[in-house]
Amino acid sequence: MSKNTTATDGAAPPEAPAAPPRSSAANWSKPVDRLAVGAVPTRAMNLNVEGRRLVGPVQGFGQLWQKRYRVRLEGADASPEQVISTWKGEFGTFWPKGNSFYGPITGIAPGDVALLNLAAPGGQTLSTGVLVIYADDESFTFMTPEGHMFAAWITFSAFLDDLAPVVQIEVLLRANDPLYEVSMALFGHRQENAFWMATLHNLAARFNVDATATLEQTCVDRRRQWKNAKNIRHNAAIRSTFWMATHPRRWFRRTGAA
Amino acid sequence: MTTGTTTVEVRQLSPGASAIEVSGDVTAASEGPLMDAYASASGTGAKVIILDFGGLDYMNSGGIGLLVTLLVRVQRQGQRLMAVALSEHYRQILALTRLDEAIAIHATAADALAAAGV
Repeated sequence: MSKNTTATDGAAPPEAPAAPPRSSAANWSKPVDRLAVGAVPTRAMNLNVEGRRLVGPVQGFGQLWQKRYRVRLEGADASPEQVISTWKGEFGTFWPKGNSFYGPITGIAPGDVALLNLAAPGGQTLSTGVLVIYADDESFTFMTPEGHMFAAWITFSAFLDDLAPVVQIEVLLRANDPLYEVSMALFGHRQENAFWMATLHNLAARFNVDATATLEQTCVDRRRQWKNAKNIRHNAAIRSTFWMATHPRRWFRRTGAA
Repeated sequence: MTTGTTTVEVRQLSPGASAIEVSGDVTAASEGPLMDAYASASGTGAKVIILDFGGLDYMNSGGIGLLVTLLVRVQRQGQRLMAVALSEHYRQILALTRLDEAIAIHATAADALAAAGV
């Protein structure tokens, strides 16, 4: 028999999200069986999201990684709520160039589906998406669909540490299929880390702070889930590449490359 | 600022099953108590670990992430993880996140024990 109790003191919460309301019902997305994409700009490549199911670490293939990217906004005159509000409202603008986030113009709210067009090696574009499964004033969480590189939950949050806002991205992910798993080992982890660290750098700059993000990563489970190797049939990289090869005129029009 | 409290208590339900009774909030800050409770529950030789959420007040996405970490540990030990006494809201969240495909959900601990056959 054992009994344990913890109470966070509120001074420097090490985790995210923080400051939960007593009822979380309004913060979570309603149950979703398959994703439906709303209106998207004509320039967006809208593939691999409509009708797809969500996948989390249980459904993924590769090793399970926990990654935590952080940046401290020293001297910024903003509360965690203000940082998150800005982040929700301007989310895609903080991404590195060549990557596009097509979400609702109203910002980020539980149940929203966003389309992602991501820069991939060889000048390719990978079309995929995310669902906002959770959002409150100090955090929000994305979950990925079938075909995405990762079966993942990604939580974006902010909290105070010694009176300075700290912004954090916490990712719990497995590569979705064997091809992605190999890609992760070759270049994917490096690319993923650079992506989110650049995002945090850009977010910090929005608050007039020049800071470099830090990264902590842990392999939580080294085993691969071979029963999920069949996920490769949804692989968004393969499907996006095939689409570009078979629709070259639409692709060139979309990118303005013609 | 976070002002959450997690309380956990471990009960051995049968020679092959232990319950971790969770009260209060489950957030990422709950990792210490929850993992300590799991170590205690596992120490009895349990093959089935039942999370009893009857006292759960609040769980955010950090708490859901913690359940995955716990699930990995349970599976590594060749054990099964089950959840009981979840409100309809949290049942929906486990369905949304598809954690219910790996964590069997039952109404009561007795139902879970019967399903597990321990």
